[in-house]
Amino acid sequence: MAPPRALDEFVTEANEILESLAKDLFVLDQERGREPDPERLNAIFRAAHSLKGLSAMFGVDRVSRLAHRAEDVLDALRLGRVPLDDRLVDTLIETLDMLQALLARVSQGTHAPDLEVGADHLQERLAQLARGQADAGVDLLDQVGIDPQMRSVFTEYEEHRLRENVKKGVGLWKVRAVYSLADFDQQLAALNARLKPLGEVVSTLPSSQPGDESSIAFDLVFGSSRARGEIEAVLDGATLSPLTSRPAPTEVTPRPGPALVFDSSSSNAPRPATKWDDVSGSGVALPEPTSASGLRLSPDTSLRSLTQTVRVDIGRLDALMNSIGELLLIRSNINRLAEAARQVGTGVALPKLWGQELQREARALERKLDELQKGVLDVRMVPLGQVFDKLTRLMRRLVRESGKDVDFEVSGGDVELDKLIVEELSDPLMHLLRNSLDHGIEPPEVRRLHHKPQRGKIRLKARQQGNQVLIEVGDDGGGMDETRIRQVAVQRGLATEEQTREMSRRDLLNLVFLPGFSTRADVSELSGRGVGLDVVKTNLARLSGLIDIDSRRGDGTTFTLTLPLTLAIIRALMVGVSGRTYAVPLSSVMEIVSIRHADLRTVERREVFEVRGQTLPFVRLARVFKLAEAQRERSFVVLIGLAQQRIGLAVDELLGQEDIVTKPLGGRLRAIPGVSGATELGDRRAVLVLDVGALMEELTRPAAAAG
Amino acid sequence: MSTHKVLIVEDSRATRELLAAALGELDGVEVHLAVSGFEALKVLPRHRFELIITDINMPDINGLELINFVKKNPHYKETPLFVVTTEGRPQDRDRGLQLGASEYVVKPFEPADICALVRRYLKLG
Repeated sequence: MAPPRALDEFVTEANEILESLAKDLFVLDQERGREPDPERLNAIFRAAHSLKGLSAMFGVDRVSRLAHRAEDVLDALRLGRVPLDDRLVDTLIETLDMLQALLARVSQGTHAPDLEVGADHLQERLAQLARGQADAGVDLLDQVGIDPQMRSVFTEYEEHRLRENVKKGVGLWKVRAVYSLADFDQQLAALNARLKPLGEVVSTLPSSQPGDESSIAFDLVFGSSRARGEIEAVLDGATLSPLTSRPAPTEVTPRPGPALVFDSSSSNAPRPATKWDDVSGSGVALPEPTSASGLRLSPDTSLRSLTQTVRVDIGRLDALMNSIGELLLIRSNINRLAEAARQVGTGVALPKLWGQELQREARALERKLDELQKGVLDVRMVPLGQVFDKLTRLMRRLVRESGKDVDFEVSGGDVELDKLIVEELSDPLMHLLRNSLDHGIEPPEVRRLHHKPQRGKIRLKARQQGNQVLIEVGDDGGGMDETRIRQVAVQRGLATEEQTREMSRRDLLNLVFLPGFSTRADVSELSGRGVGLDVVKTNLARLSGLIDIDSRRGDGTTFTLTLPLTLAIIRALMVGVSGRTYAVPLSSVMEIVSIRHADLRTVERREVFEVRGQTLPFVRLARVFKLAEAQRERSFVVLIGLAQQRIGLAVDELLGQEDIVTKPLGGRLRAIPGVSGATELGDRRAVLVLDVGALMEELTRPAAAAG
Repeated sequence: MSTHKVLIVEDSRATRELLAAALGELDGVEVHLAVSGFEALKVLPRHRFELIITDINMPDINGLELINFVKKNPHYKETPLFVVTTEGRPQDRDRGLQLGASEYVVKPFEPADICALVRRYLKLG
């Protein structure tokens, strides 16, 4: 509890609050059955809210808890979620009495066990009253088209009042007044007094007057059913303009439908540029493919094992041996059939039975080969636990050294992945975990200020989903600071301010993966992030992996890695371009859409198209490989994604999926950009396999723009 | 030694005093108080504040409106700003951060904790 002198101050202020609360409640009591004045309801709410905050600050829990319950009811009331009835007014008056009694005890310095039961009971009743029905349905404010910039500064209550005005169908206006800094408060009070009889002032927004330091402008959001002339008559120099871009809907029940947002400030702004352009505009090239050692954090933290060997469960080898045994059996059957065919001689028809037998053996061969393939892949598979265990040990040490209070949770260690991938994963995972520990988890005092458990939490989670494995590295820390990311990106020339404003939250977060998005201690000191995340991205891209961030200020950050189960045999989408066939690794294919060429646009001399509001580069595969292009109105576009980048590859035909084994190209063919190797199809035709990562890098380089 | 000016905008007198007393203990920090958003608007041009701490619920203009004003004004927009929100109002927190607040603090808080945070922001030893 606070020192005695401070406690005196608390009692004085709390009494003042209760007095004003009593006055307003008295009026509410008198006016039972009438539509309550929204300003009065808000004043009562504010009183309860202030009392709650104040008593909590001074550790007077008993008062704070009761005030909290009252605040909840009053909040629901002012937001129109519960009706104002006699029961509610009565309960509020009782609560006021109780609060006064409790406060009297505090000022006497005595405890109040006799009041406990009554206070508990009241709290319970208030809690019941607060459980009204919540607002549901479409937001009316979306329909009338309020400038979202303006909306962003409204409190929940102001939004509610605005909504009420929209429901009533009154006109919504913006009153702009410019006053001297010296006496604006009196001027505003006078303006408010003149406006009040004509309607409701919902909000008052101050804004600077450029070039004039001695005055200040205010935008008043004003709802009124009066004619424009009538309002203008009382303005005395202030100007009036309609606030909404569309009239309020005539029926009160809103129609469901997509929310339309009108933003007057950006309607003439250039179309958002794609992330692509941001990267190329900066002139920052992605780093050269990094060697294994180049990816390490520091010599002592690399967890990569030095051996190329795999420890295999003997059961798996037995299964392989079994398959081989059965294959040998099939071989002798086929030998027998071949011998029979030879003895029959040329030009003589073979018996039907022979053909059936051969077919049966062929099917058995196919099945067994599948088994064998799967068996060999299984041998390559190792549980992620191998690397998770090492990470856990290292994290324990790092947590201890950091002096932070952190729980490290690991799950999904039994999920299996190709040995090659597991080995390559340890460094990027360590990097992300370190990031969570160093920059994600807040210092203890900040966690207390945010009302979070003292002990932070870092999670490492893996699960299999179809042919992919998802690995999550998450923390319940401070989350990424979007404003800070925006600033840094602009400072480092990775994007213009305009571009960062147009970006979606996700695109903005993904900026931290750009090389050159820094990283020095001064940047990351305060909830900063992005230390070398570009390295993590490059590392994952080489494993055909994707990385995504989800982060929310205050709630923490989660990185999600999506990886293919194996790199040895991959599923590929076969596509046709200008009569040739190419294989695109399916793990990089996000989706396939059909685009009319008429819908293409050009941004900075690159063709782009839009998918669900996202603008993506449109890359004609025929042009990449300098093939003759057929004239057509539509193309299939294969959306490929690697790490955080997305592009659309335009192709002529889709030829289905196949399992392929990629073989490296030798000799002069080795240097073809955008091709990782070749594969042989069932009909013995060789086709090129696209190297999605290299292709994307090639296409994102500024030099590629002109081509 | 240079002094760091910090502006506290808070309509509750007792909370204001509590904050002022706590921050006043920090060496080199000069605390200025505003009892309302309007008063903050008047005080802002007179000093070069290095940090602003504002409550959300205030009678004249709300804290969000003040943050918006500060962050849009070329003279003040670089000033870090903490927004003080109340338990259970994530919307206030999100809007405050969106409008450019650097930090949020949930009431009730320990004065010592906010001092530690201020100390880090002002890079005091």
